[in-house]
Amino acid sequence: MSPAPRAVARFGHGSRVPGWDEAVDLTKPPAVVPDLATTEVPDELRATIEAAMAKYPDRRSAAIPALHAAQEVHGWCSPEAIEQVAAVMSLTPAYLTSVATFYDMLETHPKPRNDVYVCTNISCSLLGADEFFEAMHEAALEDVDVNVRAFECLGACDIAPMASVNGEYVGPLEPADAARIVEDLRAGRPVLESKQLRYRRCVDPGVAEGAAEFSPPAADVPRTDTAGLGPEGDTVDRAGPSAPYEVPTEEEPPAPGDTSHEHAPDAEPESKDAPDQPPREAK
Amino acid sequence: MKILFDGIDEPGLNTLEVYRRRGGYDALEKALAMEPDEVLGAISDSQIRGRGGAGFRMGQKASFLPHGDMEKYLVCNADESEPGTFKDRELMQKSPHMLVEGIVIATFAVGIHKAFIYIRGEYALQADILEAAIAEAADAGLLGERILGSGHSLSLVLHRGAGAYICGEETGLLDSLEGKRGNPRLKPPFPAIEGLYHGPTLINNVETLATVPHIISMGGKEYAEIGTETSTGTKLVSISGDVQRPGNYEIELGIPSREIIYDLAGGPDEGRTVKFWFPGGSSSPVLTGDDLDVPYDFDSMAKAGSMLGSGAIIVVDDTHTVLEVALKLAKFYAHESCGKCVPCREGTNWTVKMLQRIQSGEATPMDLDIMASVQDQIIGNCLCVLGDAMAMPIGSMIVKFREELEAEIEAARERAAAGQLEDVIPIGVADEHAGQIPVH
Repeated sequence: MSPAPRAVARFGHGSRVPGWDEAVDLTKPPAVVPDLATTEVPDELRATIEAAMAKYPDRRSAAIPALHAAQEVHGWCSPEAIEQVAAVMSLTPAYLTSVATFYDMLETHPKPRNDVYVCTNISCSLLGADEFFEAMHEAALEDVDVNVRAFECLGACDIAPMASVNGEYVGPLEPADAARIVEDLRAGRPVLESKQLRYRRCVDPGVAEGAAEFSPPAADVPRTDTAGLGPEGDTVDRAGPSAPYEVPTEEEPPAPGDTSHEHAPDAEPESKDAPDQPPREAK
Repeated sequence: MKILFDGIDEPGLNTLEVYRRRGGYDALEKALAMEPDEVLGAISDSQIRGRGGAGFRMGQKASFLPHGDMEKYLVCNADESEPGTFKDRELMQKSPHMLVEGIVIATFAVGIHKAFIYIRGEYALQADILEAAIAEAADAGLLGERILGSGHSLSLVLHRGAGAYICGEETGLLDSLEGKRGNPRLKPPFPAIEGLYHGPTLINNVETLATVPHIISMGGKEYAEIGTETSTGTKLVSISGDVQRPGNYEIELGIPSREIIYDLAGGPDEGRTVKFWFPGGSSSPVLTGDDLDVPYDFDSMAKAGSMLGSGAIIVVDDTHTVLEVALKLAKFYAHESCGKCVPCREGTNWTVKMLQRIQSGEATPMDLDIMASVQDQIIGNCLCVLGDAMAMPIGSMIVKFREELEAEIEAARERAAAGQLEDVIPIGVADEHAGQIPVH
């Protein structure tokens, strides 16, 4: 089950990235705070870090946001990235390295561009997350651009087994979805749109009781920001009994007061039978 | 009865316009017209207990904060990383303004002018939505200087974490928010006396703070009438695992657990039965199918030998073995232990190794006693409860499923003797990082 080891990590200039099992060279003096005047920092990154520092009473609080921003620019928390953050924040590289190595989302080794975090915690693994992880790992072998990691509970056990693809939660997944994820990533389109968490409705049947009074969405409501709306032109009814109105089949959103969008009070409180989710198979 | 989830699926509820149309921020106006002590009194009267896991009364915690003019902070704990818990995610995603309103009211009651929301880094969508909501509220004068013309000012900052379970522990969270590694601190002093940047700090869960506007609008005493005498109000329950309709449900505290697992979530698939379940996230001692009639509230759960925790029910049916769940659980805590305290760092690691010995046929029934004693030595001996969070469920599994584990040990020994163990993959704790360790 363990992923195959990757190639030796190297800096751009060819030398090897120091590994976890290499001793520190004690003959060298410790790295001091780099001079901002002589350290080259991309303007945008510097502005982001300085804006983050301004938000807190103590500038060190911005360490995580700053390392995040540097990781976006450099792809990982490389020695250069850490040096740049250190220069802007007036902190030692050692301090920032200690922070970067603590957190799972900050990577201190080169990594592929796209992150696929597969949740393998209890709820997900009860429903087959380990099989999916293996399938995902297989599917990503051909694609060097996908970083597949088994991650601890991502907080979406309702769509178990699930994964977070570049921050977008998708589920429930089957092993066959792994190839689609890689395909979607390669094509640069939204990943597994029919299974994205952001479009799901609440399953609590009590929510449906009050749903009749919902107004149809205004034309300017960003569709992706509200649950149950679905992407533009999408007709899939997602799990949850509280369907307050039908998802319009036309391109334009419904006019306010349109009676065809009334809530069906005796809608079946059944989440399994949505067209995109076949009933769970008995193991 | 729906309080937090009332109309949660209304399209556009994440925008200020729709939230106000539904009566949002009326509670804030009402609170700002009251005296801060009255607001705090209403929160105390409601007897609401913290929804994050410890179940400490919010009013009491808030009253520990010293009075007077000083740098005090409020931190909203949105680092929802307890396995099985996903209630705050739905709340923040669909109704972010409810949380913002709750924070403004709570800070007014205690006299705080700087607040932070610490959200886990994985919740990218929810963080974006919250950030937009905060900006919208600030533009409308609901945050910032002299809110709605009153004397109260508040600046609210959203802080994104970067993936660490321990940052859900309150003092680990404070260290992380100060830009350090998220190591828990020694208590006392408790955060209410000395917390963020050494100032008095009130830390509350998302759900607790989101309930505050409802307490103010309906009145503290009226809120206390919902639920049971010692567990008041409604609770969001995240139910997952082997049930037919997993998801978030809002329930009145004190209803039978069977009603949640079977009536609401549909129970396990047909033909299967509940083998055991975690009533309050993976850190709570497990209960079996015989405990399904225990009322779902703080005290009844404690009496049954478990805890309500974060209100996350994980159901495991009879197609799964105790060993596989125990191993998953132990590996999770071993990975997430920050390493500061020895009992937790070593105890979690050795528990994983002992469970793996069972799998590989090397264990004897005596190993179960050793394992149980390791759990006993973790509980209460660390700065925070991460170690306890593994020790309690594993300990309860050893007690309640000893026969099954012994049978498992015997079966694995027989398989090992017959040389049939090729299919057992040694799963190391560091496995998930195997891909990231460069080969030399």
